[in-house]
Amino acid sequence: MPMLEVQDLHVAFPQGRKSEVEALRGVDLTLEKGERLGVVGESGAGKSMLAFAILNLIAEPGRVSKGRIMFHGQNLLDLPERDIRALRGNRISMIFQDPMVTLNPVLSIGTQMMETLRAHRRISGAEARALCIAKLREVAIPSPESRLDAYPHELSGGLRQRVVIAIALLTDPELIIADEPTTALDVTIQAEIMALILKLCRENDVALILITHDLGVVAEVTERLMIMYAGKCVETGATDAIIKAPHHPYSAGLLRALPQNAARGTRLYQIPGSMPPITALPTGCAYHPRCARATALCKAEIPPLENGAACFHPLTAPEEVP
Amino acid sequence: MISFKGFLRRFLSDPVAIGAGLVLLVLVLMAVLAPFLAPQDPYDLMQLDIMDSELPPSWKPGGDERFWLGTDAQGRGVFSTIMYGTGISLLIGIGAVIVQAVLGVTLGLIAGYKGGWIDSFLMRLADIQLSLSTLMMAIIALALFQAAFDANIYADYAIVMLIMVIGIAEWPKFARTVRSSVLGERKKEYVDAARVIGLPPRKIMWGHILPNTLTPVLVISTIQVAEAIMIEASLSFLGLGMPVDRPSLGSLIRSGFEFIFSGSWWITLYPAIVLVALILALNLLGDWLRDVLNPKLRRGED
Repeated sequence: MPMLEVQDLHVAFPQGRKSEVEALRGVDLTLEKGERLGVVGESGAGKSMLAFAILNLIAEPGRVSKGRIMFHGQNLLDLPERDIRALRGNRISMIFQDPMVTLNPVLSIGTQMMETLRAHRRISGAEARALCIAKLREVAIPSPESRLDAYPHELSGGLRQRVVIAIALLTDPELIIADEPTTALDVTIQAEIMALILKLCRENDVALILITHDLGVVAEVTERLMIMYAGKCVETGATDAIIKAPHHPYSAGLLRALPQNAARGTRLYQIPGSMPPITALPTGCAYHPRCARATALCKAEIPPLENGAACFHPLTAPEEVP
Repeated sequence: MISFKGFLRRFLSDPVAIGAGLVLLVLVLMAVLAPFLAPQDPYDLMQLDIMDSELPPSWKPGGDERFWLGTDAQGRGVFSTIMYGTGISLLIGIGAVIVQAVLGVTLGLIAGYKGGWIDSFLMRLADIQLSLSTLMMAIIALALFQAAFDANIYADYAIVMLIMVIGIAEWPKFARTVRSSVLGERKKEYVDAARVIGLPPRKIMWGHILPNTLTPVLVISTIQVAEAIMIEASLSFLGLGMPVDRPSLGSLIRSGFEFIFSGSWWITLYPAIVLVALILALNLLGDWLRDVLNPKLRRGED
């Protein structure tokens, strides 16, 4: 039994009085203990929505309209709020994008760390403090004792993200969902933070869902990859295989759009058009208006996810990239 | 956030703030130390002599050395009575604001965080409360209370009644202010982060969102103390506030008002000056606080 298994997950938001729009349109995902999965896609593809859905934290008025989220064989969507709260921040943690805004500006680092700990463990103040210091040391924060009484605005962005990571690790979770953990940081610090997350996941045998639009990071950190487009998974498989030879035209487009893949002096490639809003999805495959390989079939029917790619006309060799 | 040091520096560099702070400090000290400093205890009937009534201030012809600002119709020294009366006014003002803040902050926090029908219900309730004038509500409640109980009970519980009436009538100001800041705060990511670490809504509301909304609460608290003192003075002036034997500034002004045409202007004038000074000082401090705590108005210091 996999540790986490998401089956046919749909998330819907009401539009007007009667109708609904779907932000996630049937997403499947499995994750074994200690496994690292990358979730890649453009903004609005539903990556963050997936993360929040796993924690059953879809903001009102949205809701999970269909599907199951099995964590150790138990459907999280059936759990009462109390029980799922006991999981959040305890067995499943999350790291957000911008450490400038995810730490409460008026509470000290120590207060925020101890609060997490004491929400899930019955321990004394002194023990909690010692554990917090240990975790801060683990994420390589210098002189952790003095940082506990600091407020978020007194720390730099990189240090803050380290604090956020320390909070996520505090309760020794089995799964960490990292939602673009380096996007808001300076380029010089991004690699450092990513390396830290990778090291900690490996050492503690923690599974990771890494949400990002940086394919370079994904290639370094994750073992498996899932590419999302307009609320659906369009391609999934081993990270190396997809990066070497993508099957879905969208994955191929994303890879080709990487600046480092462009020949020097040529114009950078971009996928023509933009992702449709979820309120105005085209018929059939959501990618067909931007796809060079689209045919009448793509307009009419939604391609099923077969052999790792949801496409009627998958690429078979890497040089076929449009 | 502004540090305490920066706060102090801003205070000391603003003459208006220093002036208002000093006036307030003197008045508060005067009120708190009244039992030790006042030349006479106006509550102690043994110390009063009806023969001393309506004496003019001591520097006027006919004035008495013992009564600096003259005496009222019962022979109480106006100066001593003002000292005690300021205390009662401040007590009612602060007490009423505590009631307002507790009610308003709680309801505003719940309305803003929960949203939906709870929010609509509480805010319509606030609208109803705001559409009824505070003074009118207070007059009705206090008149009923005065009619229902006899004068002795009324005298004993007048302070509590005034605090409750003014406190309950003015909660929507706090509730609206807190609600609007909560609406802004709850969309911020630290709230999501708090939910993600598994905190229950109660802890998120009181532990995470509330501390971020306290700045405006602090500002309106100051202004509301002035407001409450003024309402109390109005009620006392109408004869519905503090009884004559334990006068607040408002009831002093009222009791003197009856004698103003017989020439005893000092009984009304001096408490009125103190009242105006007190309210002005509070309002100026409130304004100053709002400017200092508003990050949009902050200059590049601290």
